[in-house]
Amino acid sequence: MTTTPGSAVHSPTFMNGDEFTIPTFMLLAQEGTLYDGAKAPDIDRETARRIYQTMIFTRVLDERMMAAQRQGRLSFYMQCTGEEAAIIGSTAALDDADMIMAQYREQGALAYRGFSCEEFMNQLFGNELDYGKGRQMPVHYGSAKLNYMTISSPLATQIPQAAGYAYGQKLAGEGRCTITYFGEGAASEGDFHAALNMAAVHQVPVIFFCRNNGYAISTPASEQFAADGIAPRAFGYKMRVIRVDGNDLLAVYAATREARRIAVELNQPVLIEAMTYRLAAHSSSDDPSGYRSKKEEEAWREKDPILRMQRWMISQQWWSEAEEKALQEALRREVLETMKRAEKRPPPSLDSLVTDVYHDVPPVLARQLEHLKAHIRRYPEHYPRGARSLETQRTTGGEEA
Amino acid sequence: MTQMNMLQAINNALDIAMAANDRVVCFGEDVGIFGGVFRATSHLQEKYGRARCFNTPLVEQGIIGFANGLAAQGSTPIAEIQFADYIFPAFDQIVNETAKFRYRSGNLFNVGSLTIRTPYGGGISGGLYHSQSPEAYFAHTPGLKVVVPRNPHQTKGLLLAAIRDPDPVLFFEPKRLYRASTGDVPDSDYQLPLGEAEVIKEGRDITLLGWGAQMEVLQQAAELAEKAGISCELIDLRTILPWDVASVERSVLKTGRLLISHEAPLTGGFAGEIAATMQERCFLYLESPIVRVTGLDTPFPLALEKEYLPDALKIFEAIKRSVEF
Repeated sequence: MTTTPGSAVHSPTFMNGDEFTIPTFMLLAQEGTLYDGAKAPDIDRETARRIYQTMIFTRVLDERMMAAQRQGRLSFYMQCTGEEAAIIGSTAALDDADMIMAQYREQGALAYRGFSCEEFMNQLFGNELDYGKGRQMPVHYGSAKLNYMTISSPLATQIPQAAGYAYGQKLAGEGRCTITYFGEGAASEGDFHAALNMAAVHQVPVIFFCRNNGYAISTPASEQFAADGIAPRAFGYKMRVIRVDGNDLLAVYAATREARRIAVELNQPVLIEAMTYRLAAHSSSDDPSGYRSKKEEEAWREKDPILRMQRWMISQQWWSEAEEKALQEALRREVLETMKRAEKRPPPSLDSLVTDVYHDVPPVLARQLEHLKAHIRRYPEHYPRGARSLETQRTTGGEEA
Repeated sequence: MTQMNMLQAINNALDIAMAANDRVVCFGEDVGIFGGVFRATSHLQEKYGRARCFNTPLVEQGIIGFANGLAAQGSTPIAEIQFADYIFPAFDQIVNETAKFRYRSGNLFNVGSLTIRTPYGGGISGGLYHSQSPEAYFAHTPGLKVVVPRNPHQTKGLLLAAIRDPDPVLFFEPKRLYRASTGDVPDSDYQLPLGEAEVIKEGRDITLLGWGAQMEVLQQAAELAEKAGISCELIDLRTILPWDVASVERSVLKTGRLLISHEAPLTGGFAGEIAATMQERCFLYLESPIVRVTGLDTPFPLALEKEYLPDALKIFEAIKRSVEF
């Protein structure tokens, strides 16, 4: 059963994707003023301030944690610098009960939902309070309370999972949706295709949010795809799509609000491609000077999404230079003090090595743990973290062997 | 009790699970109206609607990715991979995602409600790509449970247990037995324990251990051996991961000899893991080296399938070698 074509031709006629390009939705110019004919979305003072303050928080966090990584206090870090409007603007347009399945550069989304500075630090330092129990690298955050799925390192795996999660939300009839974030590099993975196809066929309330930030580690977008970005792929799946200026908070917010309406009211997936730029390195292990010019970075620095939002906020009289200064200082202090506390906290217990692999600890794992504990008792000085955990257990009487 | 073949037992288990819990959802390639290539999901769409039993696009990676998300959301997905030979496009989603969901999130999230069903094994003239037994790949992945039933009664009880187990389960169905194996199956809703081996027959001289379709072959070999005066203890492992070390150990301490048989290639096969564990635990009680009777270290053939597979005669010869060592 094949679908019949809309019209017939009688000579070989090849269509070419180059024949059209997708427009970019923009509302807010870099000067902080609206483009002619543009209408700001319905956004109140409190929401705008919450968004803006989250932007400042993540930038302070990024700066301080990169510095901490360079000082050797932290093993690894990833910044979202330059992409704050795309990430926080889209999350702010959702309901807090909607699910977020992110890639790894979306700390702004989590911060907007209320993840505290202390919660960030506990994960970054993998201490006993880390919800992930010190099992994953830094920046692999997760929060069940805030509907933010724990980050997984393999690229793009969260995209078909988001389709499945959203299908479950649809079956449950709760009027919720799922947003999944990924970079333009991740869109090259098979998981991306699998996800869009599954979601379109099964009419799933999911928002696929691509942060097209120009680089997948060192590979520029021009070597990542041949077409006009990621957006046109939606047509192949019969899916609604919008391309938006990812550094324009108002445009991202307005686009995502509408995407959510389509997802939840019509049970349809939507693709959003946010055109932005990764101002920072891919991660603390990366050095962009090897593959791109300072001049290019400077040109994008002038399109800083925070600066643009700040100018608009000030013009609305919703923000002031004085407030900015006070907030920056308070956040720097909070980040530093919280970091000091978090890095002093002990690591997760030795028992956490074998828990959560299964619902219950199977006998083979219990046995392996017993052997390990006996070994550590023999050589405690070689395993200071494990020995400390055993000490704690002895004083609290929590040990079984 | 009703006389059923293995496919009917699977269908019956799925029907019971879907009736008991409206969050149970079945999907996979051709699973909907057609009932799957082997008809394991027949009539489920009619009974429970297209939202709960449906066809997916031809994308194993997508099926399991989707299933992971659905399970994390709180539904109970039962995903079918049409042949175990085609599970590899989904390998990343199973090994890196399904298996590690609970661990990596510190138990904030899990996909324990997920069951992946897939037909495995040879004996149906399926050739290279419809005959593989990939259980060992998954046995190397903590966080999964890997279950293989051997007859209709086992299939129903183990599948219902798998669906309701709090961990994700890979359920490998011996497709050679889908219609060949028949037996009485209770009509009730019952479960058999995961992670427990079953001693099918007590014996004195040697322990024969296997799972799934290989149990029938081991049974035939045991009968040949009995005629030659060798008493065999026959054990069905049933769950490959986590496996029942204690039951196998108990048997080997008694008989002093162990033979393990599987269809998958020898090198890196799960028999090697069992052998290593048993020599560690039973070294001084062993009367002869642990024997493995398996497929060859080659891909699966078509024309010489009978020659390739471990059969009753090959096992009988290995039993004699072990006893006469």
